[in-house]
Amino acid sequence: MENVIDGGEAKSPVFFELDEHEHEPGGSTMLGFWIYLMSDCLIFAVLFATYGVLATNYAAGPRPEEIFELPLLAVNTAMLLFSSITYGFSMIAMQNRNKQAVLLWLVVTAIFGVLFVGIELYEFAGLIHEGASPQRSGFLSGFFTLVATHGLHVSFGILWMVVLMVQVAKLGLIEPNRRRLMCLSMFWHFLDVVWIGVFTFVYLIRVI
Amino acid sequence: MLGNTDLTRLIFGRLTLDSIPYHEPILIGTFAVVAIGGLALLGALTYFKLWGYLWNEWFTSVDHKKIGIMYMVLAIVMLLRGFADALMMRAQQAIAFNGSEGFLPAHHYDQVFSAHGVIMIFFVAMPLIVGVMNIVVPLQIGARDVAFPFLNNFSFWMTAGGVIIVMLSLFIGEFARTGWLAFPPLADAANSPGVGVDYYIWGLQIAGVGTLLSGVNFLVTIIKMRAPGMTMMRMPIFTWTALCTNILIVASFPVLTAVLALLSLDRYVGTHFFTNDLGGNSMMYFNLIWIWGHPEVYILILPCFGIYSEVTATFSGKRLFGYTSMVYATVVITILAYLVWLHHFFTMGNGASVNSFFGITTMIISIPTGAKIFNWLFTMYRGRVRFELPIMWTIAFLVTFTLGGMTGVLLAVPPVDFVTHNSLFLVAHFHNVIIGGVLFGMFAGINYWFPKAFGFKLDRFWGTVSFWFWVVGFYFAFMPLYVLGLMGVTRRLRVFHDPSLHIWFIIAAFGAALIACGIAAFLVQIFVSIRNREALADTTGDPWDGRTLEWATSSPPPHYNFAFTPVVHGLDTYADMKKRGFERPMEGFKPIHMPKNTGAGVVIAALATICGFALIWYIWWLAAISFVGIIVATIWHTFNYNRDYYIPADEVAASERAFANAVAARS
Repeated sequence: MENVIDGGEAKSPVFFELDEHEHEPGGSTMLGFWIYLMSDCLIFAVLFATYGVLATNYAAGPRPEEIFELPLLAVNTAMLLFSSITYGFSMIAMQNRNKQAVLLWLVVTAIFGVLFVGIELYEFAGLIHEGASPQRSGFLSGFFTLVATHGLHVSFGILWMVVLMVQVAKLGLIEPNRRRLMCLSMFWHFLDVVWIGVFTFVYLIRVI
Repeated sequence: MLGNTDLTRLIFGRLTLDSIPYHEPILIGTFAVVAIGGLALLGALTYFKLWGYLWNEWFTSVDHKKIGIMYMVLAIVMLLRGFADALMMRAQQAIAFNGSEGFLPAHHYDQVFSAHGVIMIFFVAMPLIVGVMNIVVPLQIGARDVAFPFLNNFSFWMTAGGVIIVMLSLFIGEFARTGWLAFPPLADAANSPGVGVDYYIWGLQIAGVGTLLSGVNFLVTIIKMRAPGMTMMRMPIFTWTALCTNILIVASFPVLTAVLALLSLDRYVGTHFFTNDLGGNSMMYFNLIWIWGHPEVYILILPCFGIYSEVTATFSGKRLFGYTSMVYATVVITILAYLVWLHHFFTMGNGASVNSFFGITTMIISIPTGAKIFNWLFTMYRGRVRFELPIMWTIAFLVTFTLGGMTGVLLAVPPVDFVTHNSLFLVAHFHNVIIGGVLFGMFAGINYWFPKAFGFKLDRFWGTVSFWFWVVGFYFAFMPLYVLGLMGVTRRLRVFHDPSLHIWFIIAAFGAALIACGIAAFLVQIFVSIRNREALADTTGDPWDGRTLEWATSSPPPHYNFAFTPVVHGLDTYADMKKRGFERPMEGFKPIHMPKNTGAGVVIAALATICGFALIWYIWWLAAISFVGIIVATIWHTFNYNRDYYIPADEVAASERAFANAVAARS
């Protein structure tokens, strides 16, 4: 029975916390950000499902095996995976309170991120040039939207990273900055996980 | 000349003077009233020098109670707009017989029914739900604010931005003519080339960001910020339903965001997600939008179930019957909400086995809902029921919602649905559950918690007048639609040729007029209550002999809610405290840590609204500037590290002593 009263009926229990300890501000940020990430994950789920439905609607246009270039894709994937590792190094530096190392690894991560987005844009430009544009068929609409949404997320991640670098450089590894670095860390690794899905279900499975 | 046109197009996009509907007298009349009223309001605010007060105390406030009140005001204003649309439809359908075309041209009528649905769901029901959660949830769990107070303010302003976009469509251009869910291919660029669907898309996208963020906010608040001792199974039932509703929001609104984004890609970029040619698939839109849309109806109804539970227990003077089963019923509904979406399009070629599956899952939902109905009945059974307004609304709900639920089970049978699909029977059904469930619940909640939010009760006489007009008006307005639906009348028709249908539409229009009286009486109720606030004042903080923690603090609660965080020892915490003769501690006050107000939410939401407007009208430069503005303002906000302050212990002590004296003077 959930209505059991602590301490029994007889003696009057404590009804108020008289000696309350200080609550750390931002103590709920991690959970909140995690829930946000899960909602973002649902957007990707919708885009994956959409791509799945439209995957073979070529409308007599280009087919995946004709347009996907796996070597380029391998380089691109490597960029993103490396950037995840280097972000991890930045987090380790944060645990060791080494501000310079944090900044250095963030710069490296951002460079990998920029390379990733750059290669993706190069790939898109090539596809559109070949006539495989998002307007060509349902398959290409689904492909471009899913991959570009991921790319857009990475771009915003890079912008966020630059802002955080300025804030860490200015104010050091203070508690709010550490919290923000942790959030961006979750965001960045999340994008990596999504990319694994993109890489597997959008590209690999369609070519082999 | 041509160069001039190009320049105009560059500056104004597709916005021209012809976009102002000055040839439609109804709209011009409305515009005149809105403009004069708006100017009068702005003039009054300036004359009484209230801008600073509004900005500092309300617009920039991060206080959950004030944000809640702003949501409620927004919803009630939009209720008037949405209801005006309803009256126009009822009048049109009652007139357009015997060769008469009625008074609404097709182009206008189609906008009216689309706007009515969109406004009532997104800008009346949702803000009401979020508003009540804002006012009540932190108080019920003994917290001082929500987990992310700034986000809460921002969420409100994004919702308001969506409202502004939708309202603008009334006077600049047009609104969607597609129905409230904008199904393609009707809603795609080829078939709806105007700005209507774009108004729809951006209004919902902007408001949707607000809804999603407040979902995240409340989820974290309820999980992390409950008072010590309040285990999950000791949470008040309203908080439970709020938790489940916010789970539904977080797990369904991203789907709406995504599907509307895909529709806008089809319209703006020329992709082929939902088109009829080049590999598009419009059935995908139906599936996706209803994967959001069905959970949405539970987002609306669950908190109302919570309100009915609180009201029934309080006004029966006993514990809620079957608390545990109520919690499990809520959770089961939450899960089942995701397994029924396909019943919205049984007729669209899914095959018998798929239809059977979704028909059965739909019928299963009536089991936990039925359990709830019995719990409320058994709570009242042998209780000493005090017939105050909140429980009158609850009883009206029990009767009305049971009826609506039964027609819902009928519609859940696929062969029956083949006959009633898209008929007025369906329209009657969902108004039966949304008015009888959500709206009645909100009136119960408003009458119940108004004294907590404002410090005085609502007038009982005008509340009773409003109640009877609403309830009787509802039956007059919607029972005829069941009949008409069974006679084969489909929804959204503008003119009729069969005179035998006429009488039913006249009865329905009469019902709508009664509801109009109900709304007027509600506004009078608020006005009279404000005038008589001294006589209606609640000095004890507990006007109804309440059972949960929100009644343990003063009305209205101080900014910090609780001087000392309450410690919870069981269900119905405050009833337990009162029974065992608790005493408020009157010394040892400490400074209280609170978040500061900020204008960032207003600024970012305003930029988002401008961006939306620019995208609707293809004013690309403005869209680009405002989008960059959003990013810059957000970054600027993150550079503000100085976000909280302390309320000094003296101030806390003074306001607590004042409250204690007021309580003592009363008893």
